[in-house]
Amino acid sequence: MTPASATPSPDPAAEPSFEDLYRELEAVTAELERGELPLARSLALYERGQELAAACRRLLDAAEQRVEELRATDDGGFER
Amino acid sequence: MASGHPVTAEIHPAGQIVRYLQRLIEGNRQLADLWVSGEVADFREQSSGHIYFALRDAGAQLRCAFFRNRNAGQRDRLRNGAQVVVHGALSLHDRTGNLSFIVDFVQPAGTGALAAEFERRRAAFAEAGLFAEERKRPLPPYPAVIGVVTSPSGAALADVLTVLARRWPRARVLVQPTAVQGPGVAAEIAAAIRAVDAHAPDVVIVTRGGGSQEDLWAFNEEPVVRAIFGARAPVISAVGHETDTTLADLVADVRAPTPSAAAELATPDRGALLHRVAGLDGRLAVRITRTLDRAREALDLRRAALRRGLPSPAAHGERVTALTGRSGRAAAAALDRAGERLAAQERQLAALSPVRTLARGYAIVEGERGVVTSARAARAAPPGTLALRFHDGALPVEVRDGPPPRDTPDPGKGDR
Repeated sequence: MTPASATPSPDPAAEPSFEDLYRELEAVTAELERGELPLARSLALYERGQELAAACRRLLDAAEQRVEELRATDDGGFER
Repeated sequence: MASGHPVTAEIHPAGQIVRYLQRLIEGNRQLADLWVSGEVADFREQSSGHIYFALRDAGAQLRCAFFRNRNAGQRDRLRNGAQVVVHGALSLHDRTGNLSFIVDFVQPAGTGALAAEFERRRAAFAEAGLFAEERKRPLPPYPAVIGVVTSPSGAALADVLTVLARRWPRARVLVQPTAVQGPGVAAEIAAAIRAVDAHAPDVVIVTRGGGSQEDLWAFNEEPVVRAIFGARAPVISAVGHETDTTLADLVADVRAPTPSAAAELATPDRGALLHRVAGLDGRLAVRITRTLDRAREALDLRRAALRRGLPSPAAHGERVTALTGRSGRAAAAALDRAGERLAAQERQLAALSPVRTLARGYAIVEGERGVVTSARAARAAPPGTLALRFHDGALPVEVRDGPPPRDTPDPGKGDR
């Protein structure tokens, strides 16, 4: 187990959550698939979609499990 | 009369003795929390809803009162001659001097002591609303912080950590160690639940491995039940084997059959999410490629139309020729600009993956409604609708009948 101080958690405000990225990726895909868009708009959506997909992958790939063991509560020792 | 003399030498008013006995009986904690067995006799139910009966065995009987506010749903367990086990408190009525047993729970005889106590508590907590479905909270789909309350040395913890690492390593895991069996351990488990909950996790897993009913008993104790009920984070309980039920399981927001299952319920599956991202990515690629193909076709059509539409000089006057020639040149110039824009956009697209990825030797399977991401969907597609999209174009493909592939992970499975 790694202590908490070794891996400070990233600032949540600096990094969008997977949930946000994935939701936007779905929205971008849906808009692009609706069609009837100017070509430039289609390309912009496509480019944004690529960024989002890459960000989603980075988020899912980069993670390494962080486990912190909290102190035992005051009630004392372990029986098992 | 000096103290230490026999009390019998004094004369006591009756009330003093009765109240003394009353204090003795009703102040005794053991007598206030008793299980008693016997045969039901003299069963009487009053119009007020109160029930009175006697519990008899060889040569003795105990008067029992089962008041209306406690006896709902349990009346049918009582009839003359029935062997029962009842829970309640001894009480001495001062005006009559009668000793009676104030019953709060009835079980058929033959129920073990622990099982009877379990049923009594379950009924009491259910009545207090602790198990109500409407207070069960949903689990967050993408937890950032997961609390785990368990024995630090048990297999349950190892199982939970293994599953969490595989499915959702992004989550920070806070392990709150606690003893999970033994006398007085309920207070420690309850304190551990409150301690981890104070770190504001997104979800808490309370777990221990299998054991006898006695081993698991702490998870039926009120402090543990109340701590789970009072937690701000939703709680998943996995105590004992699948066949064991504890009150912790009933009060938890979600009950899991095993520690591993608890970890699975707590997390999305990273692999399934990657698969879904790839699916959206592929749909984007197919769509944009089609859009560009159509734009190119439209441009070609307009070029051809323009060429056809140019009038021949022989059929018209010079003035007309000059005019149409001028507007024709303007139209041709506009088309050229559109063609340049399209080429620029195609270069922009080419710079983006996965079109470049396709150029490295990958292909996407396309169906009528976009990317096909599973063998099952490919088999279900109408004949003649599937195509392989390479970086430089698409080829129609057909699915041949054959044995179902053995190795086809279902993207829907394992995905929450």
